[in-house]
Amino acid sequence: MRKERQRSVRQLPKLAIACFALSAACSAEPEGPRLGHPASPEEIAAKDINVFPDGTGLPPGKGTAREGKVLYDAKCASCHGPKGIGGSAGELAGGGSLTGPHPDRNIGTYWPYATTLFDFIRRSMPLDAPRSLNDDQVYAVTAYLLHINGIIDDRTEMNATSLARVEMPNRHGFIPIWPGEKAR
Amino acid sequence: MSDEEAHEPKILASAAGGGLLDRRLFLKKGLAFGAGAALTGHVVKGLAEEPPAWMKTPGEPFSNYGRPSPHEKDVIRWISANAGAPGNGISWTPLHKLEGIVTPNGLHFERHHNGVPQIDPHQHRLLIHGLVERPLSFGIDDLLRYPMVSRLCFVECGGNSNAGWHEEPIQTPVGYFHGLASCSEWTGVPLAVVLEEAGLRPEARWLIAEGADAAAMNISIPVEKALDDAMLALYQNGERLRPENGYPLRLILPGWEAVLSVKWLRRLQAANRPVMARNETAQYTELLPSGKARQFTFVMDAKSIITFPSPGRNLSGPGLYQISGLAWSGRGRVKRVEISADGGRSWAEAALQEPVLPQCFTRFRLPWRWEGAPLVLKSRATDETGYVQPEREALIAERGRHGYFHYNAVVAWAVAKDGTVSHVYA
Ligand code: HEC
Repeated sequence: MRKERQRSVRQLPKLAIACFALSAACSAEPEGPRLGHPASPEEIAAKDINVFPDGTGLPPGKGTAREGKVLYDAKCASCHGPKGIGGSAGELAGGGSLTGPHPDRNIGTYWPYATTLFDFIRRSMPLDAPRSLNDDQVYAVTAYLLHINGIIDDRTEMNATSLARVEMPNRHGFIPIWPGEKAR
Repeated sequence: MSDEEAHEPKILASAAGGGLLDRRLFLKKGLAFGAGAALTGHVVKGLAEEPPAWMKTPGEPFSNYGRPSPHEKDVIRWISANAGAPGNGISWTPLHKLEGIVTPNGLHFERHHNGVPQIDPHQHRLLIHGLVERPLSFGIDDLLRYPMVSRLCFVECGGNSNAGWHEEPIQTPVGYFHGLASCSEWTGVPLAVVLEEAGLRPEARWLIAEGADAAAMNISIPVEKALDDAMLALYQNGERLRPENGYPLRLILPGWEAVLSVKWLRRLQAANRPVMARNETAQYTELLPSGKARQFTFVMDAKSIITFPSPGRNLSGPGLYQISGLAWSGRGRVKRVEISADGGRSWAEAALQEPVLPQCFTRFRLPWRWEGAPLVLKSRATDETGYVQPEREALIAERGRHGYFHYNAVVAWAVAKDGTVSHVYA
């Protein structure tokens, strides 16, 4: 009895994979009651805040490091320290090296994509008031963090096109372990 | 020869150095241990009146939701939160105070990026969109009507045991070293069922999951795992999820680092590439000595830890003991756990307590006669794929000391002459 139940449970994913491989329209077991409600483009647009490395998902708007500095000092420095160093939360600048006895992992030395900064700050920061910055403000503090890490100057405008074009120093520093490894 | 040795039955045959005994001893000859203990023990005198007070008056009335005995008030999670942000940090499962394999819900470890959201389940929805034929949105009541499955599995933070990378061995109870791992029975809807309903497009390779907490934490999950054994979990150990564990809906990805088992799940975007979120680039990646970093290191490799004896759970004197511990592997079942009581020179196989399930805590035990001499205890797990838990030296030779995540080396406890146990690199 128990064995049987386990086997049928194990079959669920396999069937789903077969289904996935054959065609998206295939409707093999297991059958759910199909209670999903169609999601409207408006609902999706309101909720979708993912930003991809190629810039997909970046909203209209713009900002420079000069503008960002004022915002940073007012809304971020209390936790991350002036110029990104010496706060109670993680350091956001500071240079250094990724090798040797005391490697320094920070935005300038480690982060592979500038778009990740926008994605993360817009959804999570400032920690005490997430989602309180408008898109121009997120572009501006993103520009400021890129600037204090020596990646752009303080006048370069960050927007949906230019941010995705920023080449981060550690862009090629990662070795993907997946999918070389099997799922299980 | 002392009295007690003379009375110990012949079955106490040595299985390896340092007094390790045959693992079948307790199973087949439970009495032998009992008899030995009775001989060495002293008569307990003048403990309390007879019958005890609680047999002479009616007990407490019923309770709507039970709580542990007040005498167990020290069995708690230790919290390490950010001083500037109380909702940012971790709390540990006190593995050294627990037995068996199931973690009580109130003791499941926590990692929160910005606190525990108090979610009204009637206002919570799961949106599935991106590379799907039919973008869909589900209410919690909808999902509660779907066919469910249950499975026991561990959930382990990729940063668990990271003190092992430290130059000096950390001296702390097991839970506050290895307790970013817990094990529960999870019940919910196979993710494959709702993905099938939405109709994943063939180009979809990743699902970007997002939580409904104040960090809106997002992370990319390979479609292969989502279709294999991922679950939309609604229940934990029989009851609805606790808020700190994702109420009303979370992902469970058995055997994979816990940051992927997104809590408070509200959105899954199917995409042809990962989003490269902060928690899969800046964090949860492992810097190697070369300056390059390992990324998408999803599987939690085999690990084992002796929970008794262990730091803070010392021995009260020479005699018979049962060594007890936990082993698990993200790659499948634990096949074997070996224990050494001579610093790794000889090993004895521990008994594995049933059930032994894939991607699940497995309890191991071994009888042991401690003669009172200082020695070093170790445990080493092998999983069903043949993967063997590495020694610390080998792990560090491969990864350096700055990877932070995915530390799973063999752990060594030194037992001193007076029975105190400490953590050593040996
Ligand atoms: C109340 C304290 C606080 C404030 C204010 C704050 N942060 Fe943070 N920040 C944190 C904490 C804590 C973390 C770590 C979060 C985690 O553990 O997930 C963090 C993480 C970050 C990170 C990721 C660092 C890394 O290396 O992973 C960035 C970038 C960041 N914050 C930017 C900002 C910006 C920009 C602002 C202002 C708009 C801001 N923060 C305001 C506390 C704060």
